[in-house]
Amino acid sequence: MQDFFDAFQQAFALIASGDPELIGIVLLSLRVSLTALILACIIGFPIGALLAVSNFPGRRAIILFFNAAMGLPPVVVGLTLYLLFSQAGPLAVLELLYTPTAMIIAQIVLITPIIISLTRGTIAGLLAEHGETLRAMRATRPQMVMTLLREAHPALLTTAVVGLGRAFAEVGAVMIVGGNINHVTRVMTTSIALETSRGELAMALALGIILLIIALFTNAAVYALAPRSRELAHV
Amino acid sequence: MSESAEVVPIRPSIRLDTDALTLTDIRLSHEGRNLLDGVIAEISSNGITTLIGPNGAGKSLLLRVIMDLVKPTSGVVEFGDGFEHPALVFQRPILLRRSVRANLNHALKLAKVPKADRSGRLAELLVAADLTRLAENPARALSGGEQQRLSIVRALASNPSLLLLDEPTASLDPSATKAIEDLIRNTSAAGVKIILVTHNRAQAKRLADDVLFLHQGKIAEHTLAEKFFQAPQSDAAKGYLAGDLLL
Ligand SMILES: Nc1ncnc2c1ncn2[C@@H]1O[C@H](COP(=O)(O)OP(=O)(O)OP(=O)(O)O)[C@@H](O)[C@H]1O
Ligand SMILES: [Mg+2]
Repeated sequence: MQDFFDAFQQAFALIASGDPELIGIVLLSLRVSLTALILACIIGFPIGALLAVSNFPGRRAIILFFNAAMGLPPVVVGLTLYLLFSQAGPLAVLELLYTPTAMIIAQIVLITPIIISLTRGTIAGLLAEHGETLRAMRATRPQMVMTLLREAHPALLTTAVVGLGRAFAEVGAVMIVGGNINHVTRVMTTSIALETSRGELAMALALGIILLIIALFTNAAVYALAPRSRELAHV
Repeated sequence: MSESAEVVPIRPSIRLDTDALTLTDIRLSHEGRNLLDGVIAEISSNGITTLIGPNGAGKSLLLRVIMDLVKPTSGVVEFGDGFEHPALVFQRPILLRRSVRANLNHALKLAKVPKADRSGRLAELLVAADLTRLAENPARALSGGEQQRLSIVRALASNPSLLLLDEPTASLDPSATKAIEDLIRNTSAAGVKIILVTHNRAQAKRLADDVLFLHQGKIAEHTLAEKFFQAPQSDAAKGYLAGDLLL
């Protein structure tokens, strides 16, 4: 029990002292996950919206594929990318293995299906509401997509937070393709796994606390960003 | 209409009105029901035509067919020279979750109004709808009557030559109704052809030049408004005006 409290005390001390090692890990985590999120949104919002508003052969299959891909096991994604990027792999020339870029790619693969599927659902609901009105105003398909994406922005913000949460919380894929190399590819989750296994509970706890604070902060930010008059204005 | 005496065209009396909107045998069936059952009509390119008929007669559906939002099973809609493009105000208008101004700006953008002209047009539309005061308010927070007025001027953003209005004053109070009727009159006076669906008989009498009576997916009667309300010809219209249940 004493160990337990000691660990907490040391954890808070680490955070309070602004331990450079700790800060480095946190910043790398933020960089990797935010970059992955932004790219996943750039890819996922339009694709999700297009899947909602268009009708072409194979559309249903694509929707099912992305729905299924939401549940991709991170370790399998990590392993697949590892095989692609490794010395013997087809993408070895890119020399991406054990780089932050590889971790960003892994997270994009993991969260883009989530962004696409959630966006498609949101936009499909709005299309049922606005579709005829927009068609009556002779909106082209791209205009429809843009209008509905903008109409959906509060829900899309939430979608992005879900994606970010998944990116931050993920361990398996970034561990495999990043290799958890100190000062290079060590992020919060992989460090927590490593430090815990080494018995360095203080460092693990400090990182865990920061991870929690970031999660809470992100959600609070979304809440604050949402229009205050939403209840009144957006019935 | 500002036609001067010397340009009166010589029209052979049997020639069809080439300006008219012609509906030829429009049929629409859905799951074995004939929702539109051979609608035939020639609608003049000016004035206000009211489309009247009991609930479920197919009025809203017919407007959707005219707008090309729904493909009929068979039949053709032909726009005469007098019509460039139609606009529709739905029975239940859907506004964007943006300000009144942004809703109109969006409509002007879709209507390909050049950016330089937009703010001027926008101000005109706001005045026409008497919504200048509420321009920055969220559109969905407007009252029912205000939303209706906004939907009408939003439809006018594209400068349509034909405006279809689906029960624009249903559930509005007398003053809101009057505001919308004034807007309809002004729009008509500006040369826009109007087809108005309404269940409000007094309103139809006030506004209509002619009446299309739709019953069970068919036009049962198409006459001048005065004639329709004084002496309806079809049994269906007689029954409707007498308040009989029509099934
Ligand atoms: N999308 C649809 N699918 C199936 N049936 C439909 C559809 N749209 C309309 N109908 C049916 O077609 C018939 C005519 O509907 P419509 O909305 O045109 O009636 P209306 O004359 O406008 O009636 P109201 O005065 O109540 O507005 C109704 O029986 C309705 O149930
Ligand atoms: Mg209707």
